[in-house]
Amino acid sequence: MNLRNVLVVFRKELRDMLRDKRTIRSMIIIPMVAFPLLFLVIGWAEEKFSSEAGKEVSLVMVQGGEDSPKVLEALRSFPGVEIVPYEADARQQVSDKKIRAVVEIPAGFDASTSSGSPGKASIDYYDSDTRSELAKEKLQKFFDDYRVHLAREALAARGLPTNLLEPFTVEAQNVAPPSKVGAAIFGGLIPYLITIFCFTGAMYPAMDLTAGEKERGTMETILTSPVARTDLVIGKFLTVVVASVVTAILSLLSLGFTFSQKRGLFGEGASKQISIDPAAVAGVMAMLLPIAVLFAAVLIAVALFAKSYREAQTYISPMVFIVIAPAIIGTLPGVELNWKTAFVPILNTSLVSKEIIAGNHPWALMAAVFGMTCVYAAAGIAAAVHMFNREDVLFRV
Amino acid sequence: MIEAHELSKVFSDKKRGEVRAVDSISFRCQPGEIYGLLGANGAGKTTTLRMLATILSPTSGTARVAGFDVVGEASKVRAHIGFLSTATALYDRLTAAETVEYFGQLYGLDSATIARRTAEIFKTLDMEEFRDRRCAKLSTGMKQKVSIARTLVHDPPVMIFDEPTNGLDVMAARSITDFIRQCRDGGKTVIFSTHVMTEAEKLCDRIGIIHGGRLCTEGTLGDLRTKYAKSNLEEIFVEVSGDAR
Repeated sequence: MNLRNVLVVFRKELRDMLRDKRTIRSMIIIPMVAFPLLFLVIGWAEEKFSSEAGKEVSLVMVQGGEDSPKVLEALRSFPGVEIVPYEADARQQVSDKKIRAVVEIPAGFDASTSSGSPGKASIDYYDSDTRSELAKEKLQKFFDDYRVHLAREALAARGLPTNLLEPFTVEAQNVAPPSKVGAAIFGGLIPYLITIFCFTGAMYPAMDLTAGEKERGTMETILTSPVARTDLVIGKFLTVVVASVVTAILSLLSLGFTFSQKRGLFGEGASKQISIDPAAVAGVMAMLLPIAVLFAAVLIAVALFAKSYREAQTYISPMVFIVIAPAIIGTLPGVELNWKTAFVPILNTSLVSKEIIAGNHPWALMAAVFGMTCVYAAAGIAAAVHMFNREDVLFRV
Repeated sequence: MIEAHELSKVFSDKKRGEVRAVDSISFRCQPGEIYGLLGANGAGKTTTLRMLATILSPTSGTARVAGFDVVGEASKVRAHIGFLSTATALYDRLTAAETVEYFGQLYGLDSATIARRTAEIFKTLDMEEFRDRRCAKLSTGMKQKVSIARTLVHDPPVMIFDEPTNGLDVMAARSITDFIRQCRDGGKTVIFSTHVMTEAEKLCDRIGIIHGGRLCTEGTLGDLRTKYAKSNLEEIFVEVSGDAR
C-alpha cells in the first residue's frame, strides 16, 4: 500500500463527496436540521394537545342521586367538571365522544355515607380516549376528596382530631446522581442511535464511490491510472469512514441539543436534571470507531458488486434491518455483556457502550469487544479490497 | 512500443459458459505509428485494449507496453500509457483544472510539474476559458478536451484509444482524430480501435482486422488492398470477416 496515493485518492473523494448534494443531505442537513425540527414539532404538538385537553371542562352526566343532594352539590362545585342533564343514551354519548363520562350514584348514597355504611358510586368512561380518561381522573379525585371530607366531618362530629386520617407522611428522595439517571434512560438508546447513524452516514458515499462510479463511467478512467487498486479502495474506504463518523457525531450533538431544550418531546427529561458524562460518550465513540470501519468496508464490498446506484440500493436497503436488529436487542433489559455476547458483531458494541455509559468498565470484555470488532472490520476491508481486485465485479455486465 | 504475443482472454458466462473474447492475438506497434484494430461490435477490440492497459489481465499470452510486462509490471505500464475511450468519463463535480491535477497526482508528478504541464496542455487545447468550470457543466467537446488533457498530463509514450469517437458529433470526432495524428507525429506509439472504416483508412499506418476474438489479417492499407485485390477497406473487411465465420 502506498500512503501517498491513498491520501491523493482520499482528498479527491472527500472534495467530491462534499460537493454531492445527496451526501450533504444525509450527512449534515438531516441530522442537524431535520432531527431537532422533528422532535421539537412533535413535542410542541403533544404539549399543545395535552394542555388543551387538560384545560377542557369535562361534560359529565349523573345517573341517579336524586335523593343525595349533598354529593351532587359537591360534584357541581368541583372545578373542571360540568354536569349536564342525564339522558337515556348517556353511555352511547360517551362512546360517541359527545360527553366524557357518566357517574352513577346509587339510591340512598348520602344517607348511607352519613350512617357509616359503605356506598358505591361508579364512573363509566371510554378507555383510550384521552379526554374521557382525564374526566375519569378528575372524578376519581373528586370522590377521593369527598371521601376524606366525609371522614373529617365524622371525626369532628365525634370530637376527634382530624389528623387521625394522616398520622404520618412519607417522602421519597432520589439519591442517584443525574449521570446515573441519564445512563438508565439513555444507556441503550445512545449506542443504538450511534450505530444507526454510523450506518446511514456510510450508505450514500459507499454507493456513490463504487456503483455510482461504475454507472457514470469514471471507474474505468481511474483504473487506467498507475495507482494500485488496493490504494484506490483504501482511499475510498477512508472517505466513507469519515462520512460515517461525521454523521454519527453531528447526529449526537444535534440530539443532545434537542434534548437540552425545555420545549419539545424531551422537555420533561430536561427539567429532571438528567446528565450524561461527556467522557462516557467519548468512550462510546471510541468503541464505535471499529464498527464505523466495519460498516464502511462491508458497504463498499457490497455496493461495488452492483452495476448502478439503483442496484446498489436494492442490496443495501435490506442491510439496515440486519444492523438494526442486534442494535435493538442490545437495548433490551436483561441482555447483558458476557463472554458469549462479546463475540456477536454490533450487539457486542451496543452492550459494551451501555456499560460504559452506566459508568462500568469491564476492561477485559471491553478489550475483547474492541478487538473482535477490529477483526471483523479488518475482514470487511479485506473483502472490499478483494472485490476491487476482481475483474468480474468491476466489469460486471 | 507495444508487443502482444498470443494474447488471450476467456470469460466465464453463466448462460454461454466459457467465452473466448480474445484468442491468441499477436501484433506489434512501433513508436510514431498508428495501429488500428478494426472490428465489429463484440469482436474483442475493447478486451484487447483493456489487457494492454492492464485493466484486465490476460488468461494466457503476454504483452509488453513501453518495455514493461502487462502482468508483472502492470503499474509501470499504466504509468506510461494514456488511455482514452468513450467509456472513460470525467468526475462531474471536479473542475477541468482539478481533474488534470488529480490525474497528475495519480501519475506521481510533483505540483510544479503538474502546474507546468497543465498550463501547456490548456494553452495547446485552448481550455483556459473553462478551466475552473465543473465537468458536469461542460459541453461534449469541452469534455473531450478535458479527457485528452487527463491522458496527456504525464506525457506518456504510448497512447491507447478505444473507439474514441463513438457517439461524438462531427466536430468533436474531428478534434479527436486530429489529436491522434498529433500523438503519432510527436513520436508516440498509438493503438486505436474502431468499427468505422473511413476513420481507419484516414488514420492508420497499419490495420489489424479482428473478428470473433482472432486477428484475421494485418498490414498497411496498401498491403491489404494487394492481398485481397480490393481497393475499398469495407470490402476487405467484409471478406475477411466472412472468411472467418
